Amino acid sequence: MIELSKTSRRKFLRDIGYISVGFPLLSSCFGEQDPVVAARVNYEGDLPGSMRNASKVNAWLHVLEDGRVMVFSGKVELGQGIRTAIRQVAAEELDLELDQVEVHLAETGVTPDEGYTAGSSSVPNSAMSVRYAAATARQKLLELASAKLNIAEEDLILYNGKVKSKKSNQSLNFAEILEGAQIDMEVTKPVPLKIKSGYRYVGKAIPRKDIEKMVRGEEVYIQDLRFPGMVHARVLRPAGYQSKLVKVDDSGLSTAISGIIKTVVNGSFVGVITDREYQAVKAEAYLRKHSEWTPSPSFPKQETLFAHLKSIAEKPQSIRNEGDITTTPNGTDTFKASYTKPYLKHGSIGPACGIAMYDGEILHIWSHSQGIYPMRRAIAAMLKMEQEKLHVIAVPGAGCFGHSTADDAATDAAILALSYPGKHIRVQWSRHDEHTWDPYGTAMIMELEASLDANGKIKTWKTDVWTDSHSMRPDNDPATLLDTRYLENPVQLKGRGYLGGGHRNADPYYSIPNMQVNAHFFNGPLRVSSLRSLGSYTTIFSIESFMDELAEKAGKDPLEFRLAHLEDARAIAVINKIQEMCNGEKLEEGEGIGYAFSRYKNTTAYATAAAKVSVDRASGTIKLLKMWAAVDVGEIINLDGIINQIEGGMLQAASWTLKEEVTFEDNKITSSDWRKYPVFRFSDIPEVEVAMIDRPNEAAEGGGEVSMPPTGAAIANAVYNACGKRVYDLPITAEKILG
Amino acid sequence: MPKFTLHINGLQKVIDTEPDTPLLYVLRDNLELNGPKFGCGLSQCGACMVLVDGSAVTSCMRPIASIGDSKITTLEGLASENGKLHAVQDAFNQEQAAQCGYCLNGMVMASVGLLNDNPNPNDSEIRDALQLNLCRCSAHTRIIQAVKTASKNLSGK
Ligand code: FES
Ligand code: FES
Repeated sequence: MIELSKTSRRKFLRDIGYISVGFPLLSSCFGEQDPVVAARVNYEGDLPGSMRNASKVNAWLHVLEDGRVMVFSGKVELGQGIRTAIRQVAAEELDLELDQVEVHLAETGVTPDEGYTAGSSSVPNSAMSVRYAAATARQKLLELASAKLNIAEEDLILYNGKVKSKKSNQSLNFAEILEGAQIDMEVTKPVPLKIKSGYRYVGKAIPRKDIEKMVRGEEVYIQDLRFPGMVHARVLRPAGYQSKLVKVDDSGLSTAISGIIKTVVNGSFVGVITDREYQAVKAEAYLRKHSEWTPSPSFPKQETLFAHLKSIAEKPQSIRNEGDITTTPNGTDTFKASYTKPYLKHGSIGPACGIAMYDGEILHIWSHSQGIYPMRRAIAAMLKMEQEKLHVIAVPGAGCFGHSTADDAATDAAILALSYPGKHIRVQWSRHDEHTWDPYGTAMIMELEASLDANGKIKTWKTDVWTDSHSMRPDNDPATLLDTRYLENPVQLKGRGYLGGGHRNADPYYSIPNMQVNAHFFNGPLRVSSLRSLGSYTTIFSIESFMDELAEKAGKDPLEFRLAHLEDARAIAVINKIQEMCNGEKLEEGEGIGYAFSRYKNTTAYATAAAKVSVDRASGTIKLLKMWAAVDVGEIINLDGIINQIEGGMLQAASWTLKEEVTFEDNKITSSDWRKYPVFRFSDIPEVEVAMIDRPNEAAEGGGEVSMPPTGAAIANAVYNACGKRVYDLPITAEKILG
Repeated sequence: MPKFTLHINGLQKVIDTEPDTPLLYVLRDNLELNGPKFGCGLSQCGACMVLVDGSAVTSCMRPIASIGDSKITTLEGLASENGKLHAVQDAFNQEQAAQCGYCLNGMVMASVGLLNDNPNPNDSEIRDALQLNLCRCSAHTRIIQAVKTASKNLSGK
């Protein structure tokens, strides 16, 4: 197990040393002895996708006037600690102290366009781009300093923001080297990267600086931004998805509520602007009472949702077809199982907020959107404005776990700002709207079929997955923004977004000679988009539940059965590790342990999860006692950061598995607050233990999603082992244990 | 509009607002304090917690007219005047007990409220005290650890 270092910075510096052991650290600061600088090795591999449109050093970093460095990333902070990870890699390659690096996150016109902050791609894309740009910058700074000082490069040392001569006292800081210029050169291969054995920060548990600000109430979230003269607003959402405004009567509004500035009506979009925030809350309630809407058609019945989804699905598409799944081995049976997962909410603790100000020429927007450039394209298209007239600044929000309502709140603010120019307009969503207008993670169905050969190995496998889209994120299609569908000239969605997310991990990562995967896409009744780990949570829940069932049919231990179908050494390692972690765990009557494995997207990080539960057979009550994970994300950037993400991912997925389900009746979403959509609370929290397998020479993968897929199945398997009841339909509740 | 005098973080503040305005809105909108957060407005999530006379309570449904002479402390009022963090704040930082940190205000205030009453809580007393507080990033295990660390540091062990 890797021990978290929770040491003070001094101890931390002492512990990590600096390449040559016993060398006095930071000696350059004391002017006596030179530090030994880690060697560089040429990197010849691929450059990240994010560098395609931002290939120059100065797109990623600038040297500031005081000689420190400002790094740019097109990603946003969502609580995943990306700011810290980026600071670490930049400080590493430039041999700086962490404090000498500032990080500027997404802003249009300033940072690179890195699309969305999603899919665990921030480390592989943004942090790696910064790594290559910083390494290139270092080389250039040495060259320039050499020319300036007229000293050969090998007689120079670049360390802690200075380039100094080994032989004399001559030195220049980065700003003195550049004299106000920036490094305007392409990042090209080979890139001279620091040798990994010389790392001071990467791979270590570096405390996040923003947490200290948070505990003081000094971290600024979108909800906390204040501008002189800022006013508040609320938007009255329609009565249902397809409702149209018949009439709204605001004639008595200003008498009933003080501070009313303006009501804005555009088609079925109704907004109200007030001086103070609570006045806007009351004004929205008033307008709701004084408005009339056409009814939205009824949803299908919740009890028959899955039959309905099957009935509206399109013709299946073949996703994978290898070998011949009709070759049934002699004398063995084919096994089948069917699994379902309901619609799930993002459930951010902070409902969406957006701020906008139109200065007569430029529309400025502050948003916690996960993709400010794509959102700008969508808002510009909706407003029929040129993109360059929109300036979007990313501001941290509460953790959102996929495409939720941030972009919609920014759009609300943008529309209102145009109708009330010169003022900053702050739109805050209510909990009710956040719960009922969220683009949910779609409901899904998985049907699996497999046969075993005489040796108890899987001979044939068939997956059929029913799914809606897994991303309707804003981009060129303006109807991805909610408001577009309700304005005076409404525009409806053209595309179906990212359907492929639905069969993510639908083909098992195991060696199976005959395999077929079919996807049945449907356009379901509820608004959907991307939810953390997309379809993988459901596909792996099903596959790994089924693997346990097959292991039992084959008379094998579940982990041995998995190992017998794996060839990848890294996959085997995370399974062996979890076995070792859970070894010797004692089970009482009514308790069970379950396991599950997945390699996220079948191409990135590896995770095995284990869960221990107790089930009370009489009441059906399930208690989650402990969870473990053994994870390999390749090269680790921030050890504590990744463990934090993995722990959080497991607990969130456990909450999905045991508690969560969006409910609806007639034409209303009924799970409209935390009472009607319960999630994990402190009484539900098990012990959690995470082991990381560090592989410094493998590519660094993100870790935000990897622990979620195996968690659901590990719990389902544990429940089965505890009480003999296998639950196929999520969430796993007492009712289903008894049923 | 009526005037209300609030005792907040050791100061007296006079607020001009409608009597039904919940304390949370007064703190954020009138007094420009960022510690307490809006999460639900329904007393279901704990994001808006403050101390009222030393006990942690939600502020989102508590009209300003009901506050009277009570002493209110927000996250901003926990650190001592020289900027030294309260033991609970310190412990949350030390344990890195947050991801997005949006729930942190409530977690810290509920923990301070708990330790005010019970300086040495056991595991289940900590969970009980935090039961109202939601954390969707799911930093719960670190938060529980932070409360234990704070309790240890406060009692000088
Ligand atoms: S905002 Fe007050 S409890 Fe949620
Ligand atoms: S840290 Fe994000 S909600 Fe708790």
